[in-house]
Amino acid sequence: MSQAGHETAVPRKRLVEIGAVAPFLALALLCLLGLLVNPRFLSVDNLTNVLARSTFIATIAVGQTLVICGGGLDLSVGAMASLVAGLVILFLNSGWIENAPLLIVAAMALSLAVGALCGLFNGVTSTVGKIEPFIVTLGSMGIFRSLLTWLAQGGSITIKNNDVRAVYRQVYFGDVFGVPYPVLVILGVAIIGAFILYNTAYGRRVRAVGSNEDVARYSGINVARVRTITYVLQGLCVAIAVIVYVPRLSSASSTTGLGWELTAITAVVVGGTRLKGGIGRIWGTIAGALILEVIGNIMLLSNAVSEYLIGAVQGAIIIIAMLAQRGLARGR
Amino acid sequence: MKRLLASLAIVALIAGAAQAQEKKTMAVSVPTADHGWTGGVAFFAMQEAKALEKKYPGLKVIVKTSPDPAAQANALEDLATQGIDALVILPHDPNVLTDPIRKVKQKGPFVTVVDRISNDHSIYDLYVGGDNPGVGRNAAVYMKEKMGGKGDIVIIRGLPIPIDEARYNAFMDGIKGTDIKVLDTQYGNWSRDDAFKVMQDFLVKHPKIDAVWAQDDDMVVGILEAINQAKRTDIQFVVGGAGMKEMIQKVMNGDKMIPVDVLYPPAMVAVAMDLTALGLEESMPVRGEYILNATLVTKENAKNFYYKDSPF
Repeated sequence: MSQAGHETAVPRKRLVEIGAVAPFLALALLCLLGLLVNPRFLSVDNLTNVLARSTFIATIAVGQTLVICGGGLDLSVGAMASLVAGLVILFLNSGWIENAPLLIVAAMALSLAVGALCGLFNGVTSTVGKIEPFIVTLGSMGIFRSLLTWLAQGGSITIKNNDVRAVYRQVYFGDVFGVPYPVLVILGVAIIGAFILYNTAYGRRVRAVGSNEDVARYSGINVARVRTITYVLQGLCVAIAVIVYVPRLSSASSTTGLGWELTAITAVVVGGTRLKGGIGRIWGTIAGALILEVIGNIMLLSNAVSEYLIGAVQGAIIIIAMLAQRGLARGR
Repeated sequence: MKRLLASLAIVALIAGAAQAQEKKTMAVSVPTADHGWTGGVAFFAMQEAKALEKKYPGLKVIVKTSPDPAAQANALEDLATQGIDALVILPHDPNVLTDPIRKVKQKGPFVTVVDRISNDHSIYDLYVGGDNPGVGRNAAVYMKEKMGGKGDIVIIRGLPIPIDEARYNAFMDGIKGTDIKVLDTQYGNWSRDDAFKVMQDFLVKHPKIDAVWAQDDDMVVGILEAINQAKRTDIQFVVGGAGMKEMIQKVMNGDKMIPVDVLYPPAMVAVAMDLTALGLEESMPVRGEYILNATLVTKENAKNFYYKDSPF
């Protein structure tokens, strides 16, 4: 969070911080709205539901923040999630290891490996092949999703073994001292993501590459490598999201992760990251993901909005939230 | 260019006809598997294609899947130019595809429309479909009886398209005049994940729900998981629809949460292909409309509707 830089002017620094805090203010306002709409909004059950549900988008969006900050874009994340989920479940069904917990740990490792490979493919193709990431990841989006549909023969892939299912279920529904595992996952991923982006030499290079590719190249940064690694990190984030997603419904189908790429990109932008690259806000992204999930939740809890108009109201709230943020951050 | 292509197609057709009855082609156009039900459609179409080619050595069956209405319209043009004797189509969006289908029909092939139709009934020779109002009506009849005509329910709908509308309206008509109160209605987009979310929110919003109607078994998977996680015991049962094998299995096993299912089988595409082949190869009079019943699957008859090899 210390990306404010070392400018000497104190008031200037404070204004930048307001920009970083804006998504959280928007989130707080939304929560207030939620409370007005339905007092049950603040019940522990509802809050844990919403937090746990936002894990997938929040986790993926942290990776997307790195990619976008480095001047890239990844449209394939939703399809990648479905493919990785399918492979993980097929692995669980193969029953290679008798012991259920060990089998699940192995499946998690497989998930991370496949996610990293998918990301590496996106990264290498766009940097070495010098193709727009928009096109590359649009292509891999089709490839990943079709592979899953083929693996599932058009249907769904479901965990067959009930013991495995019961053990693995805890990863989504279990908790430590009342804090659900998915919430810990969000926190962990965000802390690591923020550390990489703000406190490492690599993170500085990502921001440099994103703000001006040529300058970065002249200062001796290996642009292709820096970018490729952002895609690999994105792949790992998708894999982590899948690890939490699979135990929820224990199945993957061609609808798994549908539209996640756009939701994740929206979360990133709502969180204050610049779509053109150079500026990335990990914690803002988390707030953005929560905002999107909370809006949907409030819509359902309210009786005022017709089911036909939910999309319109959601869209309007996102735009208003962005306008409010811009208003707050102006003066920079 | 178009005219040239068209005349080429006609030449191909004439040439095809000149070859006499020995070789005939049936084209099958269906949506890409975008959820469980369409996955079932693709599966049964491929399976039936193989079976028909085996049964009629002179018949060639081409199955083509398309991801959206525009792509399906293109696919129809491509298929028609190849020269086909029959087209079996399950249109993405019947309104969008009415004209493309009409164009194919004007060239002469026998046209069978499956599942979804627009108001223009002149574009097909044969229609094979499920009973959409029946899906809603039969669910309503069952729930009315099971709940003794009173109670609180929530409804999770599919996507805002005519099929969903027909089911929903018939259901609402069915419970009219009873003391069954619909607490809430939302779209679950025929998706497990979305239905899970919607059900979680319904459970938070309404402290007492007696039953759920969801019209689709894919969504029921998500609904059951949400209820299970919230550890709620007030919900007595869930009525889905379509006839997914996991749900038929539950009905067979006497699962209290899934006492029944309402049929809307993706295998209807296979029925359509068979009827079309009968007309093509054996000159049977198959023109008309063939509506499959929205049969109520109960513990007693469930085993008749369990298809072990189906992905759905």
